[in-house]
Amino acid sequence: MSVLVYTENWDGKFKKLSFELVSYATGVAKMLNTIVTAVSIGKVEEGELIKLGNYGANKIISVYNEQLISLDSQTYTSVIAEISGKENASVIIISNNNTGKAIAPRLSVRLKAGVGSGVSRLPLTINPFTVYKRTFSGNAFAHLVIKSDVKILTLAQNSIDLIETPVNATIDNLNPTVDRSLLKTVVKDVQKQSDKILLTDADIVVSGGRGMKSPDNWPPLVELARLLGAATACSRPVSDEGWRPHEEHTGQTGKIIAPNLYIAVGISGATQHLAGISSSKYIVAINIDKDAPIFEAAQYGIIGDAMKVLPKLIEAVKEIKK
Amino acid sequence: MKILVCISNVPDTTTKIKFAEGNASIDTTGIQWVINPWDELSLTRALELKDDATSGIKSVTVVHVGPAASEPTIRKALAIGADDAIRINAVSSDAWFVAAQIAEVVKNEQFEIIMCGIESSDYNGSVVGGMISEFLGIPSVSAVSGIKFENGQPVIIREIDGGKEVVSVPTPFVAIVQKGIAKEPRIAAMRGIMMARSKPVKLIEPIAIDPLTQIVEFEKPAPRAACRFIDADNPAQLLDLLQNEAKVI
Ligand SMILES: Cc1cc2nc3c(=O)[nH]c(=O)nc-3n(C[C@H](O)[C@H](O)[C@H](O)COP(=O)(O)OP(=O)(O)OC[C@H]3O[C@@H](n4cnc5c(N)ncnc54)[C@H](O)[C@@H]3O)c2cc1C
Ligand SMILES: Nc1ncnc2c1ncn2[C@@H]1O[C@H](COP(=O)(O)O)[C@@H](O)[C@H]1O
Repeated sequence: MSVLVYTENWDGKFKKLSFELVSYATGVAKMLNTIVTAVSIGKVEEGELIKLGNYGANKIISVYNEQLISLDSQTYTSVIAEISGKENASVIIISNNNTGKAIAPRLSVRLKAGVGSGVSRLPLTINPFTVYKRTFSGNAFAHLVIKSDVKILTLAQNSIDLIETPVNATIDNLNPTVDRSLLKTVVKDVQKQSDKILLTDADIVVSGGRGMKSPDNWPPLVELARLLGAATACSRPVSDEGWRPHEEHTGQTGKIIAPNLYIAVGISGATQHLAGISSSKYIVAINIDKDAPIFEAAQYGIIGDAMKVLPKLIEAVKEIKK
Repeated sequence: MKILVCISNVPDTTTKIKFAEGNASIDTTGIQWVINPWDELSLTRALELKDDATSGIKSVTVVHVGPAASEPTIRKALAIGADDAIRINAVSSDAWFVAAQIAEVVKNEQFEIIMCGIESSDYNGSVVGGMISEFLGIPSVSAVSGIKFENGQPVIIREIDGGKEVVSVPTPFVAIVQKGIAKEPRIAAMRGIMMARSKPVKLIEPIAIDPLTQIVEFEKPAPRAACRFIDADNPAQLLDLLQNEAKVI
């Protein structure tokens, strides 16, 4: 038996998210009294792979094949399903990001394994196997029992602490034969911005709403984000108006994020907005209206005009960064 | 070519969620049910494609797994513009159950594109679309933010970290859609509401499937501490708290 964890890489490198997955898998494996096997697909150097051992991966299976460069949900599923069988995996852990959402459900059908998606804690009980997951866009959490022999869990990003539990990991290289005719997804063009801090990865996010009044008022918000090493975000009307790019929109119909700090400037705090940010560890609200619902979700608040508060806040940040 | 749009119904997003049966289920009294926002957008895009004569899309069908009580959801989809509907007459017990039912119905039909939302806003599963594609053994593309046709072939845009990819897959395939697929959801006009009444709804009885998962308890999110207000003229105090109390900067 083992706990299998799929650790995605980005241009050959792992991210905090990958280590969170291994940390979580190690926690589950402890509960089940078994070991952790990590699966990586793509070209990742040994020095990078071995880092997974710091978080408890006992065995690392590194799959490399030129056909598996970009995500094809069917072939990726086949590779992981085959390894899962060989490793006799009882629990498979994947991220709850776009890649995980592409693979987990297919794997579920392939292995007849129930899925607990968006889990944010270690299983509550092992027998029955009960996981803790987000429902109703964060307005409730459910205890979900998975009844199948094999269980698939997708882990919500930034929901658990990284725990270093170094072990001496072994690395197995695997070059599976991939039938070209089964590869159905053809990538024709890629547009990627690599210089920006990704909203989903950021520890700090500075976000603006309609209270910012005009796209011309964004420079101080962007400056504050730069000083804090934060990503920028916005509410839906702001991206709908074209004031900010669509990928910045957070909320129920936008990105769901869980940074350590979310600074909401001129955002009223509608439930649909909170659905995307309520898992943030701390929320700071800056709003001119003392009754704005965002203050109910926030731990720290400043009542005031964003255009006056932001410059002062920027000066204060510069002061402490000196 | 035909498109199938899978629709789930969910409590209106402003609903205050209350529990029943000792927190084992949701109290549905007074809940306003709406089409899951993603499915509304899928339907909108499907209808836009049908309106465009060059796409080759001839009809749009919606499918819903739900009891008779969810008939209004289907009527609404028909009023918005779907040509016909399929209702699989069962209370959806889990994603596995729902996907298996839809796959069973679809396997004997010819839909070139099956559209599903990235998640339903009630159970936040994000799995039904991928499961349907695997049951049917057809490709799926997830995080789809655009579908158009070029020379009769679908061209798909999918979101990746920090950008997008333009991809192609052969039909039939499942598109799992997210933001961007359509700008604003189409709403039902009076004429549509009238016409919906006479549009066909095929009623299908479910096959026997045992769900793989079951929710046994709900709980509310942990309450957050009350907001601490800081004087607008003293942002240094905010930074001090963020540094020394919250330890997040
Ligand atoms: C199905 C559905 C899905 C939705 N999904 C999302 C989603 O994913 N994300 C999302 O954000 N919204 C979503 N919405 C919209 C949501 O309901 C709200 O309309 C939206 O979040 C409001 O955005 P806002 O806070 O920027 O604007 P407003 O609600 O207009 O709030 C502006 C705020 O700025 C404050 N303000 C004004 N002037 C100043 C000033 N000078 N200084 C400081 N503060 C000031 C005001 O007091 C107010 O609180 C959705 C709605 C529906 C129906
Ligand atoms: N009961 C249902 N009937 C039809 N389609 C559904 C149903 N439940 C979920 N879906 C589809 O699957 C998508 C994702 O749902 P889920 O996996 O439950 O988050 C939804 O956006 C719908 O397209």
